[in-house]
Amino acid sequence: MSDIAAEGPIPGDAQPHQGLRGAPSYLTAEHGLAAWFLTTDHKRIALLYAAALTVFFFIGGAGAVAIRMELFTPQADLLSADGYNRMFTLHGTVMVWFFLVPSIPNTFGNFLLPLMIGARDLAFPRLNLFSWYLFIGAGALLVYALVAGGVDTGWTFYTPFSTAYSQSYVMAAALAVVLVGFSSIATGVNFIATVHMLRAPGMTWFRLPLLVWALYGTSLVIVLATPVLTLVLLLIVAERAFGLPIFDPAYGGDPLLFQHLFWFYSHPAVYIMILPSFGVVSELVTCFSRRQVFGYTFMVYAILWIAVVGFLVWGHHMFVSGQSLYANIVFSFLSFIIAVPSAIKVFNWTFTLYRGQITFDAPMLYALGFIGLFTLGGLTGLFLASVPIDVHVTDTYFVVAHFHFIMVGGAVSAFYGGLHFWWPKITGRMYPDVWARFAAVLMFFGFCFTFFPQFIMGFLGMPRRYQVYPPEFQIWHVLSSSGAVLLACAYLLPMGYLAWSLIWGDRAEEDPWKATGLEWRTSSPPPRDNFRTMPAVDTGPYFYHPDKEGPRHDEPEAHQNQGRET
Amino acid sequence: MDIQLWPVAASDVAARVDAIVLTLLLITGAIMALVLVLLLTFAIRYRRGSPARRGELPELVKKEVEIGWTAATLFLALFIFAWAAATTLGDARPVGDALEIHVAAKQWMWQTQHPNGAREIDALHLPRGTPARLLMTSQDVIHSFFVPAFRIKQDVLPGRLTELRFTPTQTGEFPLYCTEYCGTLHARMGGTVTVMEPEDYGRWLSAQPQGDDIGHEGAALFVSLGCSGCHAGRGPVRAPGLAGIWGRDVQLADGRVRHVDESYLRDSILQPRRDVVAGYEPQMPSFSGIVGEEELLRLVAYIRSLPGGQP
Repeated sequence: MSDIAAEGPIPGDAQPHQGLRGAPSYLTAEHGLAAWFLTTDHKRIALLYAAALTVFFFIGGAGAVAIRMELFTPQADLLSADGYNRMFTLHGTVMVWFFLVPSIPNTFGNFLLPLMIGARDLAFPRLNLFSWYLFIGAGALLVYALVAGGVDTGWTFYTPFSTAYSQSYVMAAALAVVLVGFSSIATGVNFIATVHMLRAPGMTWFRLPLLVWALYGTSLVIVLATPVLTLVLLLIVAERAFGLPIFDPAYGGDPLLFQHLFWFYSHPAVYIMILPSFGVVSELVTCFSRRQVFGYTFMVYAILWIAVVGFLVWGHHMFVSGQSLYANIVFSFLSFIIAVPSAIKVFNWTFTLYRGQITFDAPMLYALGFIGLFTLGGLTGLFLASVPIDVHVTDTYFVVAHFHFIMVGGAVSAFYGGLHFWWPKITGRMYPDVWARFAAVLMFFGFCFTFFPQFIMGFLGMPRRYQVYPPEFQIWHVLSSSGAVLLACAYLLPMGYLAWSLIWGDRAEEDPWKATGLEWRTSSPPPRDNFRTMPAVDTGPYFYHPDKEGPRHDEPEAHQNQGRET
Repeated sequence: MDIQLWPVAASDVAARVDAIVLTLLLITGAIMALVLVLLLTFAIRYRRGSPARRGELPELVKKEVEIGWTAATLFLALFIFAWAAATTLGDARPVGDALEIHVAAKQWMWQTQHPNGAREIDALHLPRGTPARLLMTSQDVIHSFFVPAFRIKQDVLPGRLTELRFTPTQTGEFPLYCTEYCGTLHARMGGTVTVMEPEDYGRWLSAQPQGDDIGHEGAALFVSLGCSGCHAGRGPVRAPGLAGIWGRDVQLADGRVRHVDESYLRDSILQPRRDVVAGYEPQMPSFSGIVGEEELLRLVAYIRSLPGGQP
């Protein structure tokens, strides 16, 4: 690959990449700003998203830093009471809608979905670009709301506080979230159409890699749930701006209606955030244990089960809200039911290791960390699904710890694992392996150190969204804030060595991990049209060893790529 | 500083919740240990190049084990659900002779009022061993009444009554927190619940400034707001008498039946045309915006204090 003459330098990259047989890679195919900002190439749009998401990750992260610093002591030290309220609202709003929801789908999904199913691009490339501009517009509006004075409602926008009492920029923030919702929907529709219409010959539904299934399930949830969020936020704007009484009890409105509509979106949104990471982890675990995934069909049905039942459990956020006792019991039942597919996935990943040939490259370390953290996060969900326990721990740090285990320990670990796994494909460079393994281990321990103490203080009764707190909780807050320092290092470190690798990293081969997905049978980075010749598919995914044999000691190459030349 | 790992358990509810928590801790701890042991064992035993046996998966591990753990998790989930649901239903069963405390929440304070009219701010005194029933409402945004030592929490909503029931079982002072985010000073909206021996409580209560009890205050309001004009039969308009209706079922004009409780009386004062009693004209004006939350509590207390027969 590297013996082919360079076409010319491109900014930020000392040596341009080139695909095999002289076809330039997607990075070098076109030059200039317009070639990036008006591109319809799903791979370039994925990078545009990655850049925007990095910015928002830093903004949301700054909010987290402010929160953890303030909570180091029981008194108010750094921030005013309003300042603190604005910080956790910033952290939640930015991290949920501007990082976690789009994180894996809009970066890896955009980049990999067409590659993994053997397509040249997404079904609607211009819609894809449009969704990025919507995202940027929404982000700009949100940044305006934050800079102009901030929002103090919490990311949940509960009425009547948000409609009648908050003195902050609620409407700008709500409209920003409405806009980013449309961006999500555009991506979801695009993915659904792509998976339905553009699969390579022979790529049947039950030959799809699990990441594709996970993105497909996620897209269904996005398309069906997000409109409800749009609706409920527009109702907030209507009530706040025009006095239309919908949630205000003084005019016969119902503040609980808001919570029902909000959680009807926001619980499925939890699955929007975690389902894609299930897909990523399935790719990593199979590759680095050199085994076919354990129970492929069960894994697929578990994704679909979660996507469907995820719509029916929103009431478990409202056990103490004043909804009826019988509603509580029904929602509790459904919440226990949805624990089952998650358990299936954990056991299947674990048994994929059985009789494998396991290596502990950085992506595998992230994946193993994910399984541990997700299991603990999921098991604490059983406490929250039990009504009597939830009554005690809801709106305390127990809940904060629980959802951070799922969304940060889970989704963000998987994001970093995927980033390392596909980095050679995306950039054509290898990262320094030792640093990467160190960062993965640091992330696991930093995370546990930060969030495990929060389970204990939550159970002891420490309420969430408190700037000042009784001194008996300080020890746990100090532990948590100290852990957050480690965690911050673990997040920043990869940004450093990955950037380093862009210039000094070794050139990546076409298939450095000896993996089986179609994305690995094209050059690293891939050409503009993804494949030299469009692939056809004869086998299922994860063909790391023949059915009747296990992986061998001496032949890591025994795997077979899913595709073949046509 | 001694490090506490388990919150004080000072109510009947706390004992029941803690039993479920302990069992769940054992079950989830076992599952977590199982997953970790499997992960570590497999990761070490099947590391690349280790001498452990590879090849085809044993028959046992193929389909049966998958169905096995699906069924096992489902069964376990249903078991925990059934226990938790039974406890929830048990806690909801009304108890007779509960001490009724009215709680009004507003940004950013708790007002509590005892049956005899004694009021407290950000504090509540309760006798040990007597069931307490808190009737709560908010004057502005949503708040939440949380006492960790009692393992109880309930959101407090504007325009609506919510309630909490529990029996304190231990004397002492227990912190009270607001746990629904309610604005600037949310973190400072707290207080103390003091549980005393019944005789100490009696002494404490009699030492409080003697306000009228809320029923008497309600009686004065009943006249000054003009309710008595129609409902006490002295005016030209015919309206249903209120004596003795508390706790009964009334027949409504549209055929439905409603039980007369706090929420029915509130609705009838604020939205009188919603549930008109059979045989009467819908002519009462709404008092929404005219009577505040505290006044509503007093009116309701007055109506329920009326004996059967003459008002």
